[in-house]
Amino acid sequence: MTTTILQLLVAGVGTGSIYALIALGFNVVFKSTGAMNFAQGEWVVMGGMISALLFAATSNIGLACALAVVIVIMAGIASERLVIWPLRRPNTLLITLVSIGLAICTRSLVMLVLGKKPVGYPGFSQVSTLVLGGVAVQTQTLWIIGLTLAFLLAMHLFFERSMLGKALRAAAADRDAAAIVGVRVETTVMLSFAIAAFAGALAGAIITPLTLSSYDQGAMFGFKGFSAAMLGGVGSLPGAVVGGLALGLLEAFGSFYISSDFKDAIAFTVLLLILFARPSGLLGRADVIKV
Amino acid sequence: MVLARAKSDSLSSPPVEAVSRPQLRSPGRTAAILSDHRLLLIVWLTMLVVPFAAPNAYFVSLANMMLINLILIASLNLLMGYGGQISLGHAGFYGLGAYVSGVLGVKFGLGAWIGLPAAALLTGLAALLIGIPALRLRGLYLSMATLGWNAILVVMFNRLIDLTGGPNGLLGVRPFAFGRFALDTDARQFPLLWLVSLLVMLAILNLLRSGTGRALRAVATNELGADAVGIDSFRTKLLVFVLSAGMAGIAGSLYVHVNQFASPETFSVSNSILLVVMVAIGGSGLYWGPLFGALIFTAVPPLLLEYEDAELMLFGFAMLVVLIASPTGIAGLPAILRRWLASRRS
Repeated sequence: MTTTILQLLVAGVGTGSIYALIALGFNVVFKSTGAMNFAQGEWVVMGGMISALLFAATSNIGLACALAVVIVIMAGIASERLVIWPLRRPNTLLITLVSIGLAICTRSLVMLVLGKKPVGYPGFSQVSTLVLGGVAVQTQTLWIIGLTLAFLLAMHLFFERSMLGKALRAAAADRDAAAIVGVRVETTVMLSFAIAAFAGALAGAIITPLTLSSYDQGAMFGFKGFSAAMLGGVGSLPGAVVGGLALGLLEAFGSFYISSDFKDAIAFTVLLLILFARPSGLLGRADVIKV
Repeated sequence: MVLARAKSDSLSSPPVEAVSRPQLRSPGRTAAILSDHRLLLIVWLTMLVVPFAAPNAYFVSLANMMLINLILIASLNLLMGYGGQISLGHAGFYGLGAYVSGVLGVKFGLGAWIGLPAAALLTGLAALLIGIPALRLRGLYLSMATLGWNAILVVMFNRLIDLTGGPNGLLGVRPFAFGRFALDTDARQFPLLWLVSLLVMLAILNLLRSGTGRALRAVATNELGADAVGIDSFRTKLLVFVLSAGMAGIAGSLYVHVNQFASPETFSVSNSILLVVMVAIGGSGLYWGPLFGALIFTAVPPLLLEYEDAELMLFGFAMLVVLIASPTGIAGLPAILRRWLASRRS
């Protein structure tokens, strides 16, 4: 009984970490543009599929994943320069809509270049499962949790300590005021896309050994990550973590104790109930609206 | 010389004609020559030639799909373009209408004429129940809630296999019929879709001209401001949410009896998102926008079919080009053109 619960807990935290990474990507772009970036899920797929391609070429998992993440970050930067930057009068709705077009283009480009077949590669460790106190745990799940933690810590330090991170936060808080004190606000959106692509690609690179990657999974990743971001409270870094973990655990326990067929319905029902009770997410603050 | 602007209470200026008509050129005159009501009638009367002028049955079937998509996109435009509430669950209501009507026919033996109002009523009722808590949410949180609702519905369409047929789809749906005269060919279905779409467009136009329509635009502009002048913004939003969902339900019922089939992926969250894009590409908050949105939504995918794998790429690319070049959508182009001409002349 306890073993089952512990096992579900580990699985839920594993999936939840992935959702947290995607949600973090959403939040960073939301902070800088006020828009929802639908291309976020496509970067997850890109990370996984490019890693697989590079692994086939180099047979070095670490190198393949690192290179793939770098390539996806460049794709994120290129996306912003190509479709967001040319907008003459950007508003949140327009950026959101444009990101849908971007998502469709990215998805079809991934399909055309990398193929339609699902791809995968072995986990980061030689041993695939460990037994810890009677609980069988996949080593890749541990990698996922560990790397996510490391990434979140790095992001926290970046936003709190580094000059660039502070500049990003300043631009998100007040664009004009940030510009006055010397922040280059026009590059902050680009930077937020780079960070979002980083988070997405990392999620894709570390989940692929468990689930395989194929070009059409992006939308699903995107919806889950978006839900996690909203559940936690949009724009909040701790919110992304709380939302991601909550969604991952909900799915793990819901599919085991109720029904795996209705897994998504259960997760979304609980999510809606939480939103109805807390309209700004778990950690979000209600906005003060001025007339 | 300044070209006449459309009347301020006119919902949109008639496309193109406004620019080319000489009567409109007198400066300062504020009269739209063609009211939206008249233009609506003219456009729909012109459409009557479709079954006779169409080169083949496939063309008529596309016209039929266009009219169904028009109801869908126009009803979303009402909520999103005029009301400012972005729903990512419109395809879900569409699907609910389709399955209610289809299942009533296939499993309970009820005719399509009962299915149609039942679909409208039940989707409206569902919207009322989901809208009461969801419309308290703002902005992206409302989008999230409607997306979640759509995702839940898709799981139900897929998993309640005894009722819906599951992923294989709902088979054996009967067409609309007058006694033994079944509307089972494209040309026979066209008049029904023509009439229902006309009624829906007329209803939307009249609603927008009513006090509710004005209240709706006030709510979209500034909710607190609307509340301050005595508009119950929550009730206004709820009413429009229910009406818009009911219209999507009607579109769903028409869809299922025209195609005699329904399957869950037609009603996915991805399609809800595409509908939002089509509202924007046509012209969000412009009365004639959905007509362009529906034309593109229906005609472009078949045109791109011959490019096979590059189809999606071209579709996404075209979407980006339209959105970047004309953020107000296609129906907004005449206004942009007019402003451009005016600035050239002054």
